[in-house]
Amino acid sequence: MRAPAASDVAAGEVLLSVENVSLSFGGVRAIHEVSFDIRKGEIRAIIGPNGAGKTSMLNVINGFYHPQAGSITFKGVTRTQMRPFEAARGGIGRTFQNVALFKGMSALDNIMVGRTLKMRRGFLWQMLRVGPALTEEIEHRHRVEEIIDFLEIQAIRKVQVARLPYGLQKRVELGRALAMEPDLLLLDEPMAGMNLEEKEDMSRFIIDVNDHYGTTIALI
Amino acid sequence: MLYREAGQFKTSYAADMAVFPIRQDRIAFWILLAVVFVGIPLLAHFHIWPFGSDYLLRAILIPFLILSLAAVGLNILTGYCGQLSLGSGAFMAIGAYCAYKFGTGVDILWLSIPPLPVLPSILLGGLMAALVGVLFGVPSLRIKGLYLAVATLAAQFFFDWVFARVKWFTNYTPSGSVNAPQLEFFGLFVNTPIERYLLCLIFVVVFAAIAKNLVRGNLGRQWMAIRDMDIAAELIGIRPLYAKLMAFAISSFMVGVAGALWAFVYLGSWEPLAFNIDRSFQILFMVIIGGLGSILGSFLGAAFILVLPILLDQVPHALGIPISVETVSLLVFIVTGALICYLLIVEPHGFARLWSTAKEKLRLWPYPY
Repeated sequence: MRAPAASDVAAGEVLLSVENVSLSFGGVRAIHEVSFDIRKGEIRAIIGPNGAGKTSMLNVINGFYHPQAGSITFKGVTRTQMRPFEAARGGIGRTFQNVALFKGMSALDNIMVGRTLKMRRGFLWQMLRVGPALTEEIEHRHRVEEIIDFLEIQAIRKVQVARLPYGLQKRVELGRALAMEPDLLLLDEPMAGMNLEEKEDMSRFIIDVNDHYGTTIALI
Repeated sequence: MLYREAGQFKTSYAADMAVFPIRQDRIAFWILLAVVFVGIPLLAHFHIWPFGSDYLLRAILIPFLILSLAAVGLNILTGYCGQLSLGSGAFMAIGAYCAYKFGTGVDILWLSIPPLPVLPSILLGGLMAALVGVLFGVPSLRIKGLYLAVATLAAQFFFDWVFARVKWFTNYTPSGSVNAPQLEFFGLFVNTPIERYLLCLIFVVVFAAIAKNLVRGNLGRQWMAIRDMDIAAELIGIRPLYAKLMAFAISSFMVGVAGALWAFVYLGSWEPLAFNIDRSFQILFMVIIGGLGSILGSFLGAAFILVLPILLDQVPHALGIPISVETVSLLVFIVTGALICYLLIVEPHGFARLWSTAKEKLRLWPYPY
């Protein structure tokens, strides 16, 4: 983990701002009056000891937890309550601390799921799988293949993810989040439990994602 | 040696995403289609072994096809979307009775529908099953796993009761048993076992193709995502409401159509007992043994569950072992149960996994790796 370097805090407009957010589960105060903002194009690290509420903070941004107080402004829109899929629609991508891949599916399918929101054809078209539905499927496959190339996981694209080693699973998960083409990417401990080489790879990918796609990244 | 994919290069994503990316599989598939569409009817027509009598068609192949369709439907819901359902029998019954009502004319207060032809009746029967399926799918947004199974079990008992007690559905026949209308499709009458077999076959092939297309498309990926990790699925932008209810609707539609076919084509005349809880369990076993999350598995499971008892029934007679009929029927239960347990321990992913393992091995044969 690293603190935001000077170069990261480039003069960009504020993409996400969190103001005085408080969250408690029963008597446990997980987050108390936290405020920060993330500017467009930066890599922002959230640090803290175990149980500090870092993941809870991401869950709040994601709309998975609903804060009791405070407000979150994303892309100029302030909201208090939202469902997770609405956050996804708004352009917030996310990976998890303990890998949350779809275990029964291949790496390729996992990343294709990330394209869900971009796919428009209704189920009648999908049923027939001809014409526009097939064109759409192929077009998205193209985009997914670009991500697969980017993350250097060509060889494992048809392997069921449950059979992949941990480091590769993390990489597939990053790919899945990238497939959403998010404006803001939330990475929950992307390097946890990795060996040195995997960590170096992952750091390189995160920096590349930021450079290449211009994605704003918040990581723990 | 024959089953090698070396030298088969794919130059487009469309080719890579085909159902059978390997040429040998494609050839085998077309041969299979030719056999079932042309070969079997021809054999049956000229009464060539093993089609000497109608028995094989009437008592094995037709029920196999119809129950495969039901298993494909349930597999979409349970295998792909991960929603355990014990209400398949009820959805089959809804398909059957609604098709029957549409086929004989509906009169409710101001609504009056004249008797419809058979095909629209069957499809409308499926549609009604889909509607009820969505209704019973709503709890799935809140409850999961075994608790959902109990909710669908409620559907099973409720509809058992409805069709046995509400005389309107059976057109007030005194015995409660109803007769299927004459099977007529676009002026063609379907009467002989061969014709009935072909009719079922067409339904099954069309719906299996639809199911296969759906499960490898966007909707299918959404279902599998919800099955494997529902929280992550939601964070990726999948609406659980839409995806789950779609699974319930499509699954119940297919199960409903299977129910209508079961009643119209296989049974001819039936009573509510034909769709009781045993039927639900039978279809669920087919799906589990065949392989959850596999269209092919649905067929393999249906074949196993359906053919095994018949085999067990015939084998002692064929071998000349003198045992009574009751003993045989009990033996069928014992052996089927034991085999199911054994299979679930040895291969929890069902026949479909065995099949793919066999194909993997075949690619390397005769070398071990």
